[in-house]
Amino acid sequence: MAETLLFNALREAIDEEMGRDDTVFVLGEDVGVYGGSYKVTKDLYDKYGELRVLDTPIAENSFTGMAVGAAMTGLRPIIEGMNMGFLLLAFNQIANNAGMLRYTSGGNYKIPMVIRGPGGVGRQLGAEHSQRLEAYFQAVPGLKIVACSTPYNAKGLLKAAIRDDNPVLFFEHVLLYNLKEDLPNHEYVVPLDKAEIVRPGKDVTILTYSRMRHHVTQAVKGLEKKGLDPEVIDLISLKPLDFDTIGASIKKTHRVIIVEECMKTGGIGAEIIASINDRYFDELDAPVVRLSSQDIPTPYNGKLETLTIVQPKQIEAAVENMVALKV
Amino acid sequence: MVQERTLPQFQASAAQISPEEGLRLYEDMVLGRFFEDKCAEMYYRGKMFGFVHLYNGQEAVSSGVIKSLRSDDYVCSTYRDHVHALSAGVPAKNVMAELFGKETGCSRGRGGSMHLFSSEHNMLGGFAFIGEGIPVALGAAFQSRYRRDALGDPSADQVTACFFGDGTSNNGQFFECLNMAALWKLPILFVVENNKWAIGMAHERATSQPEIYKKASVFGMPGVEVDGMDVMAVREVAQQAVARARAGEGPTLIEALTYRFRGHSLADPDELRSKAEKEAWLARDPIKRFEAYLLEHSLVDEGALKAVRDRIQTTIDDALTFAEESPEPSPDDLYKYIFAED
Ligand SMILES: Cc1ncc(C[n+]2csc(CCOP(=O)(O)OP(=O)(O)O)c2C)c(N)n1
Ligand SMILES: [Mg+2]
Repeated sequence: MAETLLFNALREAIDEEMGRDDTVFVLGEDVGVYGGSYKVTKDLYDKYGELRVLDTPIAENSFTGMAVGAAMTGLRPIIEGMNMGFLLLAFNQIANNAGMLRYTSGGNYKIPMVIRGPGGVGRQLGAEHSQRLEAYFQAVPGLKIVACSTPYNAKGLLKAAIRDDNPVLFFEHVLLYNLKEDLPNHEYVVPLDKAEIVRPGKDVTILTYSRMRHHVTQAVKGLEKKGLDPEVIDLISLKPLDFDTIGASIKKTHRVIIVEECMKTGGIGAEIIASINDRYFDELDAPVVRLSSQDIPTPYNGKLETLTIVQPKQIEAAVENMVALKV
Repeated sequence: MVQERTLPQFQASAAQISPEEGLRLYEDMVLGRFFEDKCAEMYYRGKMFGFVHLYNGQEAVSSGVIKSLRSDDYVCSTYRDHVHALSAGVPAKNVMAELFGKETGCSRGRGGSMHLFSSEHNMLGGFAFIGEGIPVALGAAFQSRYRRDALGDPSADQVTACFFGDGTSNNGQFFECLNMAALWKLPILFVVENNKWAIGMAHERATSQPEIYKKASVFGMPGVEVDGMDVMAVREVAQQAVARARAGEGPTLIEALTYRFRGHSLADPDELRSKAEKEAWLARDPIKRFEAYLLEHSLVDEGALKAVRDRIQTTIDDALTFAEESPEPSPDDLYKYIFAED
């Protein structure tokens, strides 16, 4: 076991996969000589050279399309979005070509690529650097969307994403890069399509992902003291959703609270609620509750920013309310 | 009407071509022309749908460039892609079947006119949004360099030819990719087919520097203009650019001055282009011109040319029968091909 920071866990994943398969390469802004703005590719340039750790000009749409072309012709690119928000400029290449081209080509080409980088609301970075893009991208056919949340799953999931033959949007969170955890010394891979049961429980199912997992964990401490027993599920895969795990939990608790960092309108939670209604309506004892961040551009001011995203106290209150209504 | 650009001079007499290769180029151009004429007919008869952009008039560009490539080189096109696909070797029957939306189409009926793909022929697409194919082509070229220089495979000397229009040369992806291609010396040909119009937008009204080939110089790459109605001239510049790319000397920007003989798409009433302009360009029909060249230089006789036309007519008839008789995709396969495992 070795205590590892999350950004280093990601770095190990990339390093191991580049060592294992020489068609894997990294490209993006400042990934090479500079080592990545969050040091996820530190020293890899020296180890693998300038073509395998390719510093690109600041041209998001074009270098993303370039990665699509490289993937179509047999390489396995990993794009680092310096900040995932910048990928708004690459929306066309991600949607039309990474996402849809396999289908449009009738299966002529596959596009094994990973688009990874820091997303989410940081600390007072202002609206443009505090985006919640997972909701924008979830409607694109052909993309897999994954959000890591711990050093352990970050490493195992990124390795799986690199090995996957599909385009994977891989969300890291700016505020989680310095999380520490003891990681196994042996190699491991975490499947992309499985949600993680963070805490088994029986009273209510809490579905969450990315940084909100840690807000939920904090809330659970308070709830435990009050004798409550929630089940916490980290979705991991935001698309496709793991309804085996979600469904099994609903059949046990009959109550669902979704805690997400994305906006409420058209968010991940909105999609989950609609799907739960389709699949498990008869299992529910109460309407699904959704705690999302506010439908506003993330404000700079610290107090307003705190009000914008879901806080542990709100989660505690929501669980208590729901359990109190128990018949 | 805007003053026509002076066409670059080309010493046709100095060019060398064997009768076999002459016939190969001729056949490819005739295939493109006959195929597109059949598409127009089928579209108006309600057999194919959507936006269909024909290539009539521009054949010398496709044939001159793509027939200068090897079969393991890559071709990347736009929505005006039928003839590029044909030149790249995608069989006419599979292109026709695609336009009919059939399972036997090169994109299995999922793509349509603007999304022709064939991995077997290294045909990268078929891109319906202007400019978006340029980065994809760049990626294929990067891949060749990566295999050669990062993986040490000396046989990885494939070249990518990327086609797009004058209007597209005002899009950021064009400039961004010229920069990266020159920066990393990628084996790619950027082929601008300047047909003077982007739907209804005259080239001069859309760009501050209408001589597109000159835009190469700021990226430190060669830019050449060529008479896009003369397949011998196109072939000459393409061969030079391919040789440079293959030798690891980097990209070339080729601006082919050409003209489309039909509207932007089959849905375009084509009311903006003047009669005089159209007639002037029709008089320069690249196929007629090449026929004259072949005969004048006694490379072939009229009988050989007619034999080619007859053979191509049969190919087109067969393609049509194949497309009509082919099955549509099964409804059971609606979700097939979304993911790699499907
Ligand atoms: C991103 C995008 N914007 C607009 C269009 C609509 N459109 C299709 S073709 C075209 C004109 C392109 O002209 P040009 O690049 O000169 O190519 P040509 O059609 O003349 O071959 C436009 C505006 C599009 N397909 N994609
Ligand atoms: Mg044009």
